[in-house]
Amino acid sequence: MKILTAIAAPVVFIGLLLAIWEAACRLLEVPSYFLPAPSAIAKALVENLPLLAQSGWNTLATALWALLTASILASLLALAAGLSGLVERAIQPVVVTLQVTPVIAIAPLVTIWAGLDHPERAVIGLAAVVAFFPIFSGALTGLKSVDPDLERLFNLYGATRWQKLTRLRLPTAVPFLLEGHKVAAGLAVVGAVVAEFGAGSGGSQGLAWRILEASNRLQTAKAFAALFVLAVMGAGLYAILQIAERRALAWWRGR
Amino acid sequence: MIAALQSVEVDYRGKRCLGPFDLSLAEGEVVALVGPSGCGKSTAMRLLAGLEQPSGGSVDRAAGRGETSLVFQAPTLAPWMSAQANVALPLELAGVDRREARRQACEALDRVGLAAAADSRPAQLSGGMAMRVSLARALVTRPRLLLLDEPFAALDEITRRNLADDLLALWSELRPAILFVTHNVEEAVYMASRVVVMSSGPGRLAGETAIDGPMPRTHGFRTTEAFRRTAEATSDLLAKGMEQAA
Repeated sequence: MKILTAIAAPVVFIGLLLAIWEAACRLLEVPSYFLPAPSAIAKALVENLPLLAQSGWNTLATALWALLTASILASLLALAAGLSGLVERAIQPVVVTLQVTPVIAIAPLVTIWAGLDHPERAVIGLAAVVAFFPIFSGALTGLKSVDPDLERLFNLYGATRWQKLTRLRLPTAVPFLLEGHKVAAGLAVVGAVVAEFGAGSGGSQGLAWRILEASNRLQTAKAFAALFVLAVMGAGLYAILQIAERRALAWWRGR
Repeated sequence: MIAALQSVEVDYRGKRCLGPFDLSLAEGEVVALVGPSGCGKSTAMRLLAGLEQPSGGSVDRAAGRGETSLVFQAPTLAPWMSAQANVALPLELAGVDRREARRQACEALDRVGLAAAADSRPAQLSGGMAMRVSLARALVTRPRLLLLDEPFAALDEITRRNLADDLLALWSELRPAILFVTHNVEEAVYMASRVVVMSSGPGRLAGETAIDGPMPRTHGFRTTEAFRRTAEATSDLLAKGMEQAA
């Protein structure tokens, strides 16, 4: 019963919103280039499905590559920073500066560096920059969150630096790393779309490009359809990582 | 003598928080350390464990590396390891072969009555069970000096008494010297053959009581005249120490 209500409540609410939207568009005769009715969007979605699915896949692939790149770089850098206070102090300002710089502002530069013939590389790089910070910060926090009494025990029993790293600090960091990846996955999708806009090229053929293209041609329903695919994709990726995180945490805690 | 603090002083951020303070433990002796919060009991314990260095005075330790064990107020188990792996940890860190370490861990768990929980993770254990695992981990190296920092403070009264009796039973089997920090005067008098009372600000010796009575204790000991008298004398010392500090 509880599960049923949990599923029914949002479904009913969204249904209600769509009904009001549809009714308002029809009754007020809103022009479809300004705000298309949900039925028109659904029609555009069905008509353009192969194209949108292909573009959606491009954006998703970009986001996943960006996530992988960010994961490797951020984990390695966090490890280096966690092992040495000197490294941490050295790279922290750079990382923070990169984090607060809007990705859209560095997009033109990265596009030039990646080579104008390879907009997809620039987009992956830019999305990776966005996804980098939560993983780095999560991993570093995790490496520093060791229970001080547990660390005292390791010292008492004469653990080496290596033993403390592999048997104490890395396992402690696992839940923080998982959380960081979950947040980063959502940001990688956002980053991929923003980077596609920013790179300003149709070469990457992602969903952002479809939205730009449709908006420029006043095919607003198609833009909405692309937006819908994007939202479903982002939510789906987040949900998958949420489940993966829960499973992994259950394994980490042994139940 | 297995470990001794000789007029040790500990300063923290320019402020004296312990000392001068003396404390010595004979081989196989059970000593309780009581005192108000923040009087430096845990600091004294860390000095004896060799985890901290005093600002002045000296620490003598006859028990070498691997012969000292620590138990904290929280069980302090690694949540990602099974009970057995947690208990085996001190041996594995010391380079004992993994299989042998796990075998000895099983024995240690059996000694605290938790052989069946070997594969459980800490999150699946009750507070009392987790504390038993922590005790098993402390005993698996067969230490000559066992330091316990308010080990039962977070447990309910019944669990607390049972664990105190179990600890004494383990003591009579393995005979380590035990230093036991507690807030609870009755627990101190029940467990130890000598109670050291500290006063605070900075932590110093307020007095000491010796306890006559059979070791290990029997339940009847709590109702004897000797128990009542010693507990009262210890409480008086504690109260006097706190007055001085205030």
